[in-house]
Amino acid sequence: MSEKTVTTEEATATEHATSGISISRVGLYATLIGLVGFYLIPIESGLVTSIKTSTALQETFPFLPPLSASGITVEKWQVAFDFLAPGMVNSMLFTIPSTILCAILGSMAAYGLTLVDWRGQMAVLALFIAGIFVPYQAVIVPLFQFWSQYMQLGARLSFLWGLPLLEPHYATILELIITHTAYGIPIVTLLFRSQYKTMSEEMIEAARLDGASVWRVYRRIVLPLSIPMFAVVFIFQFTQIWNEFLFSLTIIGSTNNPAASATLILSGLGQSMEGTDYPLRMAGAFITALPTLLVYVLFADKFAEGVQT
Amino acid sequence: MKRFFELLRSVRRKRRVRTDGGTAEERSTLRRWLDSDIVQSSPFWLPPFLLMGFFVYAAIGWNLLLSLTEYSGFGDPDYGNLSLQNYWAMLDDPGMWSATWNTFVLLIGFTIVCLIVGLLLALLLDREIRFGRSFRTIYLLPFALSFIVTAQFWRWMYNVNNGIINQFIGLFGLGPYNWLGSPNLVLGAVIFALVWQFSGYTMIIYLAALRSIPNDQYEAARVDGASTVRMYWRVIVPQLRPATVSASVVLVLFALKAFDFLYATFDGYRPRRGADILATKMVRESFGRSEWAYGSSIAIMLFAVSLAVIAPYLYNQYKRGNL
Repeated sequence: MSEKTVTTEEATATEHATSGISISRVGLYATLIGLVGFYLIPIESGLVTSIKTSTALQETFPFLPPLSASGITVEKWQVAFDFLAPGMVNSMLFTIPSTILCAILGSMAAYGLTLVDWRGQMAVLALFIAGIFVPYQAVIVPLFQFWSQYMQLGARLSFLWGLPLLEPHYATILELIITHTAYGIPIVTLLFRSQYKTMSEEMIEAARLDGASVWRVYRRIVLPLSIPMFAVVFIFQFTQIWNEFLFSLTIIGSTNNPAASATLILSGLGQSMEGTDYPLRMAGAFITALPTLLVYVLFADKFAEGVQT
Repeated sequence: MKRFFELLRSVRRKRRVRTDGGTAEERSTLRRWLDSDIVQSSPFWLPPFLLMGFFVYAAIGWNLLLSLTEYSGFGDPDYGNLSLQNYWAMLDDPGMWSATWNTFVLLIGFTIVCLIVGLLLALLLDREIRFGRSFRTIYLLPFALSFIVTAQFWRWMYNVNNGIINQFIGLFGLGPYNWLGSPNLVLGAVIFALVWQFSGYTMIIYLAALRSIPNDQYEAARVDGASTVRMYWRVIVPQLRPATVSASVVLVLFALKAFDFLYATFDGYRPRRGADILATKMVRESFGRSEWAYGSSIAIMLFAVSLAVIAPYLYNQYKRGNL
C-alpha cells in the first residue's frame, strides 16, 4: 500500500504542481507550518506545564518553557506515575488480549461472510457492519446489569482466588476483555472485509476444486495474505481499546477499584477542593497517552491506513 | 469464468452422491446440507456473530424493554408491567429539551466544521509538498489520543486566568472569557476542541478520495483554461461526495461519544449549563440518580438519532453492493 501511494502521490504532484518557487508556494508553507502550531500547541503547552514548579507556572506563559533550570521539576511526573502505574498494568491486561481476540474473530467473520457464497450472507454482514454505529450509551445499562447482577463473574470465579497471584479484580478485567472483544468485532470485520473483497475469487474457487476444505483455504491462502491487514488491525484496535472510557467507567465503577484502567484513574487525578492540579493532570495525561503515542509515531502509515478504511 | 467453476463444482457433487448411491435418500440430503457453503462457513462467522449479537443486539432489545418498565434500582425490573410512561416523562422534562437541542447543535456544528477544515487540509496537502507525510502525521496526531487526555489539554487552553486562548485574544484587547463556565460559550468551545481532535481524520478521508480521482480530469480542466479555484470547485469537490457522506456518518458517531470529553472536562457527568447533551444526561439519570428505566429511554432516543443517520447510509451501500 505505502509504495503505491508514494508513486501516485508523486504522479499527481508532478501533474498539477504550480511551477517554480512563487509567492503562493511561500504562503502554502506558511499556512502548513501555522497549522502545525495549531495542532501541536495544546499538546506542547501540556508538556511544559507538567514540568513547571508552581512559581514558574505563575511567571511564564502556559506555552513557554520555564525561564531557568530552577523552574523545572519532575515531581509531578513521579506522583502521577505512582497513581497511574497500576492502571497502566490493568489497561495492558485487557487491551492486549481483546485486541488479539478481536483480530482473530474479525478475520474469521470476514472470511466466512466474504469468500464463501451463500444466500442471506449480505443480511448477516449488514448486521455486523451496523454494529459499528451503535452508540455505547444504548447498551450501557443492560451491560452494567448483566455484569453486576446476572453474571457476577467475580463470585463465580472466586474458587480461583485462593491460587497464588490471582486477585478478585481479574474477574473485572475478564469482563472488560469480553466486552471490548464483542464491541470490537464489527469494525475489525469491516477492516478485514475491505481486503478480502479484493482477493481473487478464482484462486479461492480453484483451491476449493482441488479439494481444499473451507478451513484449509483460510489457513493456507487467506491467512498468509492478510498478515499486513492484521498489523493495521492490531494498531487501530489497540489504540481504540486503550483510549476507551465509558466501559471502564461503568463496569469498573470507581477509581479506587483495583481493576481501574489508566483512563479512569486519569479522569479523577489531581482534583481537590482548592481546584485542579494542572501540572499533575498534564503529567498523567502524557503517561496515559504514552503507549498509543508510541504506537502512533512508530506506525503512522499503518494507523492512517486503518483510519481510511 | 465463475459460472464455469460453479458448473464444475455441481458436477463433482453429483458424482459424490452417486458413489454413495444405494444408501437412503435422507443421508444424501444430510450430506448435501453438511456440504453446503452456509454450514461450511458457519464455524467462521457464527461464533463472532453470537458474541457480538448478544452484546449489541440483545443488549439493545433489553434496553428497550427496560425503558418500558419503572425500574429505579430496587430488586429486579418488573417486566410484567410495561408502559410508555418514561417516554411521556421526557416530554415534561425541561432538561431533556435542552439536552436534545445541544446534541443537535453539537452533531451538526461539529460535523460541518470538521468536514470543512478537513477538506481544506486535504486540498493543501494534495500537491507536491516537502515533508507532506510529516504534516499529515502531525495533523492526525490528536486523533490517536483519548478524549480523556485531550480534555486535559483543552481545559488548560480555556483556563480563565492563564489559558492560552484568553491570552491570545487579549493581544487584540478582547476577553478574558470564561469559555467553559459560560452557558453561551461552552458548546462552541467544546466543538472547537473536538474539531481540533478530529479534523485530521476528515483530512485523511479526503486525501484518499482526492488521490483516487484520475489525473486526466485535472488535465482536462487545465486544458479548458479553468482557474485553480474553479477547477477544485467544479471538478474536484463534486467527486468527493461519497467521501463526505461516509466521513459525516463517522463524525456524527464521534459527536455522540463526546460524553468522554465532557466527563473529563467537567469532572463528572454534570457538565456546566449549556453543555448537557443526551449522552451525559443518560449516564447521569442511570448511574447518578438510579433512574435506570428513564436513563434507558434516553438511550433509546440516542439510538434512534444514530439510526436516523446511519440507516439511509447503510441501505444505500447495501443497494450498491458496497457493504
